Amino acid sequence: MASHYEAPIRKPLVLGDKGYHDVSVDIAAPVEGRANRQWWIVFSIALAALLWGIGAIVYTISTGIGSWGLNKTVNWAWDITNFVWWVGIGHAGTLISAVLLLFRQKWRMGINRSAEAMTIFSVIQAGIFPIIHMGRPWLAYWVVPIPNQLGSLWVNFNSPLLWDVFAISTYLSVSLVFWWTGLLPDFAMIRDRAVKPFQKKIYSLVSFGWTGRAKDWQRFEEVSLVLAGLATPLVLSVHTIVSFDFATSVIPGWHTTIFPPYFVAGAIFSGFAMVQTLLIIMRKVCNLEAYITVQHIELMNIVIMITGSIVGCAYITELFIAWYSGVEYEQYAFLNRATGPYWWAYLLMMTCNVVSPQIMWVKKIRTSIVVSFIISIVVNIGMWFERFVIIVTSLHRDYLPSSWTMFSPTFIDIGIFIGTIGFFFVLFLLYARTFPVIAQAEVKTILKSSGERYKKLRASGQPLHPAIQTTTQISQQETGTSTDTDTGDKANDLLDSLGTFNPETDRADDLKKIKGIGPQMEATLNQIGIYTFDQVSKMTSREYDMLDKLTGNFPGRAQRDDWAGQAQNFKSNS
Amino acid sequence: MYTFSNRLKIGSIILMALGLLGLGVGFVSAPSTVEEAKAMVAAQDDGHGGGHGEEAAQTATADEAHHDDAHDEHVLHQLQNRPWSALYVAAFFFFMIALGVLAFYAVQRASQAGWSPLLFRVMEGITAYLVPGGIIVFVILVLSVLHMNHMFPWMDAEVVAHDELLQNKSGYLNPTFFLIRAAIFLGGWIFYREYSRKLSLAQDSADDNSNFVKNFRWSAGFLVFYLISESIMSWDWIMSVDPHWFSTLFGWYVFASMFVSGITVIAMVAIYLKSKGHLPDVNDNHIHDLAKFMFAFSIFWTYLWFGQFMLIWYANIPEEVTYFVTRIEDFKLAYFGMLALNFVFPLLLLMNSDYKRINWFVIMTGIVILCGHYLDVFNMIMPATVGDQWSIGIPEIGGVLFFAGLFIYWVFRALTKAPLQPTRNPYIEESRQFHY
Repeated sequence: MASHYEAPIRKPLVLGDKGYHDVSVDIAAPVEGRANRQWWIVFSIALAALLWGIGAIVYTISTGIGSWGLNKTVNWAWDITNFVWWVGIGHAGTLISAVLLLFRQKWRMGINRSAEAMTIFSVIQAGIFPIIHMGRPWLAYWVVPIPNQLGSLWVNFNSPLLWDVFAISTYLSVSLVFWWTGLLPDFAMIRDRAVKPFQKKIYSLVSFGWTGRAKDWQRFEEVSLVLAGLATPLVLSVHTIVSFDFATSVIPGWHTTIFPPYFVAGAIFSGFAMVQTLLIIMRKVCNLEAYITVQHIELMNIVIMITGSIVGCAYITELFIAWYSGVEYEQYAFLNRATGPYWWAYLLMMTCNVVSPQIMWVKKIRTSIVVSFIISIVVNIGMWFERFVIIVTSLHRDYLPSSWTMFSPTFIDIGIFIGTIGFFFVLFLLYARTFPVIAQAEVKTILKSSGERYKKLRASGQPLHPAIQTTTQISQQETGTSTDTDTGDKANDLLDSLGTFNPETDRADDLKKIKGIGPQMEATLNQIGIYTFDQVSKMTSREYDMLDKLTGNFPGRAQRDDWAGQAQNFKSNS
Repeated sequence: MYTFSNRLKIGSIILMALGLLGLGVGFVSAPSTVEEAKAMVAAQDDGHGGGHGEEAAQTATADEAHHDDAHDEHVLHQLQNRPWSALYVAAFFFFMIALGVLAFYAVQRASQAGWSPLLFRVMEGITAYLVPGGIIVFVILVLSVLHMNHMFPWMDAEVVAHDELLQNKSGYLNPTFFLIRAAIFLGGWIFYREYSRKLSLAQDSADDNSNFVKNFRWSAGFLVFYLISESIMSWDWIMSVDPHWFSTLFGWYVFASMFVSGITVIAMVAIYLKSKGHLPDVNDNHIHDLAKFMFAFSIFWTYLWFGQFMLIWYANIPEEVTYFVTRIEDFKLAYFGMLALNFVFPLLLLMNSDYKRINWFVIMTGIVILCGHYLDVFNMIMPATVGDQWSIGIPEIGGVLFFAGLFIYWVFRALTKAPLQPTRNPYIEESRQFHY
């Protein structure tokens, strides 16, 4: 594909000397390699939290909602806060994948896969809360409009809570389809690289028989665009409808018209913060610094700063209009938020959401990984408290001062929340080990325009295909100089760097397991003196070149198939 | 360099002259006494075969006579407001277009967009209108403060004296602070426009990117100022004509209206210039993108309209819902007609990808969108100032013609001042090679 022109002043989105094959290798690495100790430690903690959460949920359902901290005045608090918080976090995925796709923002390709995964996992967490709040979750299907004779009462279409059911299930399904569509070529890549039959089978199943024909790609791009068009209104609709849950009421502090866009901005704000938290860890653990660059982090910080400012503007607008309206109840609701018994939550929300993102105006700060990580967590704490402030402060002092009270969560409330965090991380950690965490097929489409290697080549006026050139040079050299005596020397050179094989102490490996090595090539390698995965795994481009000169057939093939990487895997597996 | 063609210049002057005439007729024919106002209403009622006057005559108790007096005076004020409102709505509408373009321009600069730099000069030409447009709006506001009209009830000390709600708001809604805010906002917007234009022109003759970088920073800063000032401006200049009513969303709703109108005008001016052989590098891909923005922000506008309407309708709180009750009772056609023009038409006309590339089609849709958003502003102002005495007649059309003429004259004059395509913008090549 002739790459689109890109202005030279744009910074590269793929760092380092990365060619197409390097992208495949780097992105398949976490899937093909084995989990390290840290992964197991974090996974165990997440799993423990999940189990605790399951315990708390089982206790709630068997005992009743009375085990929560709700009371007659504050009859909606912890559960709905968590619900809105998780749904909000689930906003960044679709924004990144759909809206940024429509805006042709190439930097989305480094982060969209994980953002979408995060979206789906957090929407699952969100769904847990209303379902267990029903008390009898086995009747959850009653929220679906089914005829009365099937046991439910015909649903109340006037209720925003029902609109929520539709909005969130639509969102979840479209996000899932969007996510999986993007995954198809990447799963196929892993399938084609897979060596063990079981993995090959699984990845062929999940890649839906992707063949990589031109027709496949054409359909793929069309579907992506159509889904992006469909998903963009969904970005707005989901949190808009969540905001309707509150804003359609007549509760002071809830009934305000700015809620729909302001909830959406807040949701994108917290969603990006969560993406930031996860990706800063992931780029480190999975060695993806070349694909999730500091520029990506900076751009996400800018989105966080913009949405944070919009949210801040909405807070101030609400405050001002509460005064301007002259409605006493409205005025009291906001006065109570800021100066009442929950002043600390209000202060926390204001500092975390409005003040903290403003430091991102300084370039040094928004390109600092440590600060970005801290702010991303601070923002999500702030956004949790935002929902808490909106919900609890508007309820706990109602029109009847004798019923004024406070809310305090029970250990069950806290347990369920911790459980969803655990569940979220369990899903995300499993995903990180089994899915291609970067949309490698998409990254490859921008490699020539935005990859550092190609940008440098273009800047120095060199052609973009140096790899092909060198191989032709080699084959020319080869035909000119290769003689029998030469071959022996070269084989010795090669073995010097790879290590020799001692038939008495070492055991020969089945090199045919490596993709690209057949029986004939194995015989050739054995002839040279290469018998083990250990030897093959030490090959670098220098050794590949030497090998090409020796064998003469399929120049560049060993590098393309990454024999060394494959051998490394077999070595560690055996 | 672009030269302002004589035909267009004469056309714009004719528009201004016709508009002035219409506005003049409106001001002259406005009643100056209660009797004249009564006569006008009666004449209208006769036309409709109504019997308002007879009924009033039949039930002339003392109390109701007093009530009638108040009512008559109210009608007088409404009729007196009509030419002023017609002037104000049109003045604000065209000013809002320029301000919407300025915001769009700043977004393009701050986001370092690669597709749009070829259109920067077009946008700069349109934002040149901020100066005359802003001054005219400011003068109208000053004249309102001087009690030349009754568009802003809270400016009337007599009214405030009998209204506790307005007394409580007087810390914010008072003439001095009101004009200070207006001056600050206008000053800020015009300053950014002029400074950014200067940097933009300087970049073409510079040998580094320092002007470009400066422009980027100022644009980001401007957007923060704009985010705050635009909301407050909309409360001041529009929401306060209904001084009892309030909606937190209002500022963003007005923003959506101005943004989509601005983008529409960018597309229309660009297509016009292209049809005259200017802007050789601007092609259908750029028009396609502009049309996509017209489509998307028409839907965004509808989203905000619905959000505001639905929440107030659903909660049905008296002090809030009156706003829509007035509009639905007295402005039914204008109000729902606007919804059709701003949502249904752009949705259906611009849905198809190919249609977004047909230039005349974009122009036609643009005209619909602009009519719709003029009506939107009309519906924001008129119910409060003119009430059920509204109509779209000589003063309203005159206002639109006058400001359309002025807008065309000023914008196209500004376009002649510099080459229509920037040369040294670092993204200009991206924009040139841009392909959908």
